[in-house]
Amino acid sequence: MSGILTYALHYEGAFNNNSLGAVSEGARLAKEIGGEAAVMVVGGEDLTDELCASLGGYGAGKVYRASAPEGLAQPVIDAMAKVVGEEGYSYALFGGGLLGFEIGAGLTARLNAGVTMEVTAVNAQDGRLVAERPILQDTAIVDVEYVGDPGIIIGRLNAFDVAAPGEERAEVVDVDVQLAEHSTRAVMVKRGEQRGADVNIEDADLLVAGGRGLGKSEGFDLCEELAGALGGAVAATRAVVDAGWYPYAAQIGQTGKTVAPKLYLAAGISGAIQHKVGMQGSENIVAINKDPNAPIFEYSDLGVVGDLNKILPKLTEAIKAHKNGSG
Amino acid sequence: MKICVLVKEVPDAAVEKRIDPATKRLDRSGEKNLNPFDTHAIEAAMQIKEGGAIEVEDIVAVTMGPGSAARALHKAVSLGADRSVHLSDDALADSDVCATGYALAKVLESESPDLVLLGQQSDDGECYTIGAVLADHLKMPSLTQVIKIDVVEGRLRCERQAEYGYDTVDLTLPAVISVGDAINEPRYPSLKAIMGAKKKPLDTKAIADAGIELDRVGSQGSRTSVLAINPPPEKEPGEIIEDEDTTETVAKIVSWLDERKLLA
Repeated sequence: MSGILTYALHYEGAFNNNSLGAVSEGARLAKEIGGEAAVMVVGGEDLTDELCASLGGYGAGKVYRASAPEGLAQPVIDAMAKVVGEEGYSYALFGGGLLGFEIGAGLTARLNAGVTMEVTAVNAQDGRLVAERPILQDTAIVDVEYVGDPGIIIGRLNAFDVAAPGEERAEVVDVDVQLAEHSTRAVMVKRGEQRGADVNIEDADLLVAGGRGLGKSEGFDLCEELAGALGGAVAATRAVVDAGWYPYAAQIGQTGKTVAPKLYLAAGISGAIQHKVGMQGSENIVAINKDPNAPIFEYSDLGVVGDLNKILPKLTEAIKAHKNGSG
Repeated sequence: MKICVLVKEVPDAAVEKRIDPATKRLDRSGEKNLNPFDTHAIEAAMQIKEGGAIEVEDIVAVTMGPGSAARALHKAVSLGADRSVHLSDDALADSDVCATGYALAKVLESESPDLVLLGQQSDDGECYTIGAVLADHLKMPSLTQVIKIDVVEGRLRCERQAEYGYDTVDLTLPAVISVGDAINEPRYPSLKAIMGAKKKPLDTKAIADAGIELDRVGSQGSRTSVLAINPPPEKEPGEIIEDEDTTETVAKIVSWLDERKLLA
């Protein structure tokens, strides 16, 4: 049977938006290659019949449910390897995100399968799937096909659009999975811990985002003053959040938030792909960076090459003056 | 215990990257260097050793690549590894993720490490999935993007950012861990360490030495095939201002923002 098995991540009784995009994409592609669209879910009691069946609204025909520890990749690898092996799915599909990468990679080894990652689009050609994958900091796009079954497709964060949910319900099938011995040797001690202040960056129209180029955590004072003058909020890259300069709740990108404000002003952000995927939907992108070769200048609408410590304070004053003058 | 640190040579960031149109593979010629992400993995190994909570007898740098990759190993031993293993064979050229993971796993199997450490992300090829691939081959528990490792009662307590916040996960050894660059600040090698690096053992292996099956590596062992390479969609280039006179620069930014009604 030629079909697609998509992994859907959930937490506290709700599916991850990025996973819903992958489920929607899996359903669309399965239709094109004439196969079944199935979904794998792994977790505990919050995976109710109703929650699992609701994936039918995004196009899934069947949902395989396995009871195993949540938030870790290896139990999911065991479950998906079993279902792909027994049911003969031709492709395994993942939305972007940390777990999807780990599960997809592990399945590659388990099933001796081809894998593509950071995929931005998938096309059906003669009943087979071809993945489009940007490489070299998005300076080229390769079209990749798979040799033999199955093929593993790991999408880039937000690459797949979430379909408008319908009323259809999927069939829910319980799967009994025997975990591999090594899959039981990783134990979740604490999951989903929030660190630092709670800030809301997703609803802000204007964002000032700070990166490592600010030099030190005090550099964020300049961002906060500028955001205050603009009437916006402050966001941060993963690098500075991990370094403890700014709270996790403000983080943009691969494991953080996805934002699309009217203005995204990036201060001292070089602009790696993991950052880009979290903010590329912004209407206006302004980047200030001292390195003229920073990748962010390739996707900014206005780029300023210069020293943040000189530019940000003056910009804050100029915006205040402008607002006072016009108001 | 024994720690294997996987390292890789990558084109120097200062050298322009290109795809070879004939083979459709990344052109890996040009100035090469140790992958900067890998220095964090070596540093993590050194800190576990120096931390003293668990005894580390042997830190081994392992790489797969052409002859020039020995330079990355040399850098790795100057940063503290005790010895190095270089898997080098023409048959490995054009291996994809699936084939590369298999070959590296065979080399690691012969070392029987208690811990395998990797840098979070290769600077080229973007193959930051390799840690999870190796873990499945080696049947070891695994985590990627780890930013803190503590030895707690013989287990490794790891922290990382995941989809819903920070996760803390305990791994029982042997294990495979990919570390993020926030985990530490790598040390610089001393002159003495650089001079001493040449004396540390380097073991070069061909595929037969590692028990690697020929038909599972190279292009015949790869499970993906590149059909085409295309330029990305054209994007209108943005306006660039070089800051010479900051007052003038700021005035330009303000008027740019004002034109787009962002200062209302």
